[in-house]
Amino acid sequence: MSRVQNVIVGTARSALSWVPAQWLPGGTPDPLIGRHGEIGRQASRIDGEIKVRGEARFAAEVAMDGLCYATLVHSTIARGRIARLDSTAAETAPGVLLVVTHRNMPKVASPSLVSMSDPTAVGNSDLPILQDDRVHYNGQVVAAVVAATQEQADHAATLIAIDYEAAQAETRFGQAKSGARIIPSLLIERNHLSFGKAERELARAPHRVDNLYRTQWQNHNAIELHALTAAWVGDRLTVHDTTQMIAGEAAALAKAFGIPRDQVQVLSPFVGGGFGGKGMWDHQIVAVAAARMVGRPLRLQLSRESVYRIVGGRSATEQRVAIGADADGCFTALLHDGWSVMPPYGACPEAYTLGTRSAYRAKSFEILQRHIDIAVVPNTFMRAPGEAIGTFALESAVDELAHNLAMDPVELRLRNMPDKHPITGAPFSQHAQDQAWRDGAARFGWEQRAAKPGTRREGEWRIGMGCGGGSFPYVRMPGAAVRLTVRRDGTATLACSGQEMGMGTATVVVQQVADRLGLPLSAVTVEIGDSALPAAPMAGGSSQTVSIAAAVLAAAEKLPAELLRLAGNSSPLSGLRAGEVRMEGEGLASASEPARRETFRAILSRANLEEVSVTASGTPPLEMLKFAMHSTAAMFCELRVSDVTGEIRVDRLLGSFDCGTILNPRTAASQFRGGMIMGLGLALTEETLLDERSGRIMNPTLADYHVPVHMDVPQIDVIWTDIPDPRSPLGARGIGEIGITGIAGAVANAVFNATGKRVRDLPITLDKLL
Amino acid sequence: MTIRINGTDYDPPEDARVSLLDLLRDRLQLTGTKVGCNQGACGACTVLIDGRRVLSCLTLAAQADGRKVTTIEGLGADGLHPLQAAFLEHDGLQCGYCTPGQICAAAAMLVEAEAGMPSYVTADLTAPVTLSRDEVRERMSGNLCRCGAHNGIVDAILSVAQERAA
Repeated sequence: MSRVQNVIVGTARSALSWVPAQWLPGGTPDPLIGRHGEIGRQASRIDGEIKVRGEARFAAEVAMDGLCYATLVHSTIARGRIARLDSTAAETAPGVLLVVTHRNMPKVASPSLVSMSDPTAVGNSDLPILQDDRVHYNGQVVAAVVAATQEQADHAATLIAIDYEAAQAETRFGQAKSGARIIPSLLIERNHLSFGKAERELARAPHRVDNLYRTQWQNHNAIELHALTAAWVGDRLTVHDTTQMIAGEAAALAKAFGIPRDQVQVLSPFVGGGFGGKGMWDHQIVAVAAARMVGRPLRLQLSRESVYRIVGGRSATEQRVAIGADADGCFTALLHDGWSVMPPYGACPEAYTLGTRSAYRAKSFEILQRHIDIAVVPNTFMRAPGEAIGTFALESAVDELAHNLAMDPVELRLRNMPDKHPITGAPFSQHAQDQAWRDGAARFGWEQRAAKPGTRREGEWRIGMGCGGGSFPYVRMPGAAVRLTVRRDGTATLACSGQEMGMGTATVVVQQVADRLGLPLSAVTVEIGDSALPAAPMAGGSSQTVSIAAAVLAAAEKLPAELLRLAGNSSPLSGLRAGEVRMEGEGLASASEPARRETFRAILSRANLEEVSVTASGTPPLEMLKFAMHSTAAMFCELRVSDVTGEIRVDRLLGSFDCGTILNPRTAASQFRGGMIMGLGLALTEETLLDERSGRIMNPTLADYHVPVHMDVPQIDVIWTDIPDPRSPLGARGIGEIGITGIAGAVANAVFNATGKRVRDLPITLDKLL
Repeated sequence: MTIRINGTDYDPPEDARVSLLDLLRDRLQLTGTKVGCNQGACGACTVLIDGRRVLSCLTLAAQADGRKVTTIEGLGADGLHPLQAAFLEHDGLQCGYCTPGQICAAAAMLVEAEAGMPSYVTADLTAPVTLSRDEVRERMSGNLCRCGAHNGIVDAILSVAQERAA
């Protein structure tokens, strides 16, 4: 996040703008685009059956002989030092094997903070972990107890007595604003953008809105708790963890514990929900160190409270959005700035202005984020970090402007649709958000919306409709590697260290390998979730599927040459070069004379080989620097608000998406809906309550933090344009985060349409409507 | 005394503090039953005791003494239970972690509805219960799902309810 990075990215972009598109990845569209195969079909989840049977093994479910259990103790002050720590009673309690504190914790360097330039830098915090007596935030780990059973460890943890010497700490968002810092870049984008004279344009615009929006602290709350089972054998470490970054974690643990990378194996075949929260935090370091100290395999499963205390969530924000428009509603100024938290020991900039840069055309832009430091657990990436809440502010503001202009909000958005990136001028690789808007409006019955707020009633209920747009950047991570193996029995396996958290990653990998190799679905298996396999990038930024897809494409391009070499002179393929054959019909065939063909079985049988493997990495993701590539959405909501209680019930929700090829309509629909439901929580029910006096989270439980339950979730309609992106592998873009993007705006705008009341402060709880 | 779990008898644990959940997961390796909160807020640990749904994290193992416990492993012991098949058919899962609890809760909920037990959204408390979408949503609200598989879960349960009613 440096100025140097801004220069490098800026230079690469301007250089690439001169490079002909056909020289870049995706210059020739992926041959699978538009071909009818397994891609695009509703394949069932390959891991569905073991999940419904309860047989999928999660990280805290691996049995080991001699396993012991750990519990964490957390600080109760925000900043200061431990003045006295008495662990005598805990150490002598039944079953206790070890109490770990800063006094006996081995020297371990904290993992480097997450960085765009180093895939092995995966830390969410670079504070020392039990290395000294200092406390940096309320809830920090100050001790761990290891015992023969979980009950014994939990009890002994309550026997540890700690006195603190508290120091002054800033824990108030509002107070800390005056000391805000401005960082040069947000992920790979420049932070401050000034284009045209936006304040002047705003002041002279005939129509304008200029408001402050606030969003709340949130936590991911995957139902599976953070947990790992760690075992040392000599200097070899095996960790069964629940993580979104298998390869990165293995590298980070090797570095932290001073052992070679190939002596660490991280296994994470199933992750019980991640949403950005299942990264590298203090508990993995503590557990791995403690396992080494006791010389036994150890399990640390965090309590739900511990998850809140040491795994950060989404930062609260305060955002200003101002829009100026001419008489026709065309934007002349778009300003978006504000504050969010990023302590100096954290790494997540909560980039709520990123989506704004590509959402609408405007004559001028002024964009800037400021970051404040308060003593809290470092906030991190949570599903659509930035975009989920940035679109609440932006899409509320657009709705307010539409109301001022007495214009239909969909029409206002269509009038300002960009035809290229509004700021950089880069061409879109593919962009049909206008179609998503029109298709969505037609299907939802948007024309039934009452233009005048507060006019539709049914008994005590006021009914309203609202909409909101969403945009999420396409990301393909560099360095994804896969191993593709074809066997003599006609089967194939794709192996990489990818992560399956329920997105359907493994399922769509099988589908694409089947299509690439011309094999039936039943002949393909996938191995993921193991750091011993070729390194896949982390699951984040909605990037995993296309990142792996590019590597699968590269492997599939390498495989024919290997097979031709093995086929030899007696094969009907003899004399053909790799570029002259295609993989189809369970083997290779000449592209020009399809009758010249041989199956994988036949080739490998003749060569007397059981299997042939190739390992390959995807091309560098240059397409994302040359083109503006974004998944987009149009969200529609109908809800009712009780006049008596202020209660809001969402009756209908529709998401209309433009995200390139949809690889598996069944798993994609589920992923879209999942994002939209998390958006309902953001809009209406969820809030991590931080006591601003003490910096302590006051509702660290699923009873007090309200994720949407079945009764809160209406039937959700999802549709998509299904137009392939010619620049991406398989024509696909990310779909994991666009679902939550735009929902909070759509809900808030529907509340306004129902009641005439504009709530600019999430979550929209009933007290705000009374 | 013994606890009968999925047809096999087990001794209650010696440590009286052990919950039924921890007995299942840590002592018996019946890890199909999941843990999400240890305070009865999420439903991931739902199992059946004598056919009724209970939160195993709030049940001491000793309380199950002499009773019949059915977990997700027992529910599908003779091939997929209709609910398990319906969850697959309707994609009522993503990460799969809340899924066993959802399925166990649904199994007991169908029986509750068939026995005429009303819910908060039942209009006529004395009439037989018809499982509408709202009835299922209300009756399943104690089982949280964070991936957002709610629509598929409700569809799956409704399809099984309709089969049973037919």
